[in-house]
Amino acid sequence: MDTPVIKKKLGLKDRYAAMTRDLAWDTTYQPMDKVFPYDKYEGIKIHDWDKWEDPFRLTMDAYWKYQGEKEKKLYAVIEAFAQNNGQLGITDARYVNALKLFLTGVTPLEYYAYRGFAHAGRQFTGAGARVACQMQSIDELRHHQTETHALSHYNKYFNGLHSPQHMFDRVWYLSVPKSFFEDAYTGGPFEFLTAVSFSFEYVLTNLLFVPFMSGAAHNGDMSTVTFGFSAQSDESRHMTLGIECIKFMLEQDPDNVPIVQGWIDKWFWRGYRLLSIVAMMQDYMLPKRVMSWRESWEMYVEDNGEALFKDLARYGIRKPKGWIQACEGKDHISHQTFAVFYNYSAAAALHTWIPKEEEMAWLSEKYPETFDQVYKPRWDYWREQADKGNRFYQKTLPMLCQTCQIPMIFTEPGDATKISYRESDYLGNKYHCCSDHCKEIFDNEPEKYVQAWLPPQQVYQGNCFKPDADPTQEGFDPLLAVLDYYNLKVGSDNFDFDGSEDQKNFAAWRGDSTEGAQK
Amino acid sequence: MSVVALKPYSFPAKDVRENFPAPLLFIGWDDHLMFGSPVALPLPPDTPFGALGTAVLPGIYGYHPDFARIDWDKVEWLKSGQPWTPDPAKSLAENGLKHKDVIRFRTPGLSGINGSCN
Repeated sequence: MDTPVIKKKLGLKDRYAAMTRDLAWDTTYQPMDKVFPYDKYEGIKIHDWDKWEDPFRLTMDAYWKYQGEKEKKLYAVIEAFAQNNGQLGITDARYVNALKLFLTGVTPLEYYAYRGFAHAGRQFTGAGARVACQMQSIDELRHHQTETHALSHYNKYFNGLHSPQHMFDRVWYLSVPKSFFEDAYTGGPFEFLTAVSFSFEYVLTNLLFVPFMSGAAHNGDMSTVTFGFSAQSDESRHMTLGIECIKFMLEQDPDNVPIVQGWIDKWFWRGYRLLSIVAMMQDYMLPKRVMSWRESWEMYVEDNGEALFKDLARYGIRKPKGWIQACEGKDHISHQTFAVFYNYSAAAALHTWIPKEEEMAWLSEKYPETFDQVYKPRWDYWREQADKGNRFYQKTLPMLCQTCQIPMIFTEPGDATKISYRESDYLGNKYHCCSDHCKEIFDNEPEKYVQAWLPPQQVYQGNCFKPDADPTQEGFDPLLAVLDYYNLKVGSDNFDFDGSEDQKNFAAWRGDSTEGAQK
Repeated sequence: MSVVALKPYSFPAKDVRENFPAPLLFIGWDDHLMFGSPVALPLPPDTPFGALGTAVLPGIYGYHPDFARIDWDKVEWLKSGQPWTPDPAKSLAENGLKHKDVIRFRTPGLSGINGSCN
C-alpha cells in the first residue's frame, strides 16, 4: 500500500514570503545600482532588506477578495443613497461646501499618492518594501475612484463640484495640497515614505479621516461616511507601513537617524499647514459640529503623538521641531483659515458665510481664550456690514508663503494680533515665509522652492488666462478671465452662501419633500 | 547645492523680476486682521510712494472704518520688519523698493474694530 503524500499547505506568512522575497533577484548583466538608482542617493543605508517586516501581510488573492467585498458594500450604499435622494437628508446645504473642499483638495491627493507609491514601489531593492508600496498604490487609486463616485451624486444637485481635477491644477487655494504632494514625490523614495506614510498617514491622517467622516455622519451624509470607512480600513494598513518604514530605517544604521529626523521636522510641519483646511471645516463648515479642531488636535496629536515620540526616543528621534508652535496653533488656525476664505469667496469654488449666533456661542465656548478676544470682533463687523448689503470681498491678491503656499494669515507665536513675516534672500531674490519652520524648510532646499508655482504670482505673470483671452481688448476683466481659466462658474459656484443657488434650491427641495411627506 | 539629488539640480526661479510686467510689492497693514493677509501688487517702479495712500491702498483697505481716519503724515512704515522712512514725493524705486520687497504700515491710534486689531 502506498503511503499517502501529505501536501503541506503554506501558512499566510509563508505564502506572503513566497510572494515577496521569492519575487526578488539580483541583476547579473547590469549593476544593481544602475537598475535601482534611487534607493541609495538620499544617504539612507540599508544593510539587510530582509529585516523589513511586511505590514501588508495579505496575499494577493486575499487582498482582491477583501477589497472586492468592501467595494460591493460601498457601492450598495452609494446606490441606495442616490435612489433615496439622500442629498435631501443632510442637515443643511452649507455642509456640501465641506465636500467641495474634500473633492477638490483631498481626492486628487489620493491620485498623487497612487503615483508616488507606484514610483517608490519600483525603486527599492528590497522586495518586501516594493510589494508594500505597490499594494498601497492600488489602495490609493481605489480611494481616488470611490471618493469621486460617492461625491458625483452631489454634483447633480449642487454647484462647485464639476471640475475637481481641472481646478486642482489651477485654483489658488488648491496649490496648497498640490504643492505638498509634489514636494513629497519629487523627493527620494525614503523621503516620500517619511512624508506620506509616516508624517501624514501615521501622525496626522486621523485628523483628516476621523473628524471628516464623523462630521459626515452627524450631518446625514451616509454616502461619504461609507467611503470614509472603506478607506479608513486601508488607512490602518498604511499607518502600519508608516511606522514600519521609520523603524526599519532607524534600526538599519545610526547614520540614518539625523536624515530621518530632518524629514520628520519638515513633513510634520508641511502636513500640519495642509490640515488648516480640515481645521476650518470642523469649526466652521459643519452645520452640526462633532468636536472642535482644538479638541481633535489634543486627542489625535498631543496625546497620541506624545506616546509615539516617547517610543521613538530610543532610536534618538525627538518630537518634530515645530511641535510647540503647532500645538499653540490649535487655538487659531481654523479661525484664520476660514476668515481668509471669507475674504476671497469671490474667487473660490465654494461658498462661505458668517457663523450664526449659536455657532459663534459654540466657538466662544470651545475657544475660551481666543475667540471672543481675537476673532469674534471681525465676524460681528462683517455681519453688521453684510446686513446692510455691504458684504466684504477682498479683491487684491494675497501674499503667499513660499513654502506652504498659504496666504500669510498665520500670526506670531504668543501674539495672535501680529502676522508672522519671515524673509530669506537667495541668489539676489527675496522669498517670504509664514513661520520659522516654513522658512527653515525653504532655506534647507531653496533650489526646490524657488520653482514654486504661486497662484498670485502666476496670475500677475499672465499665465492664468485661457489661450484665447485677450488682455488688450477693451473691457477685459482680469479677475473674470482668471475665474474662467479656473472653470469656475461665476454667480453659482462662488460668493456668499446666503443668496446662492445652493441655498435656494435646497430650501425648495426640502420644502417639496416635507410637503410630499405630509401629503 | 543643498538639495540631495541624483544629478545636478538647477532650475530657473519662477518669480524673478523679468517674469512680471512690474516689480511685485507686498503690503500689509498692521493691527488690521480683518484683511487676513498682506497683499501682493505689481507696481510700476516710477509710482510715487505717496500714491500708495491716495490711489493704491483705498481700493484695498477702504472697506475698513479706520482707513478714512488715517493721518498719512503719522503713519509708521516698516520694510522687511525694520522701521523705515520713505519719501512720499519720490518714486518706489527711488525709495529703494525692489522686486518682492515687503512693506508694512502702522497707523498709531487706529488699531482695528474697538481696538481688537481686526
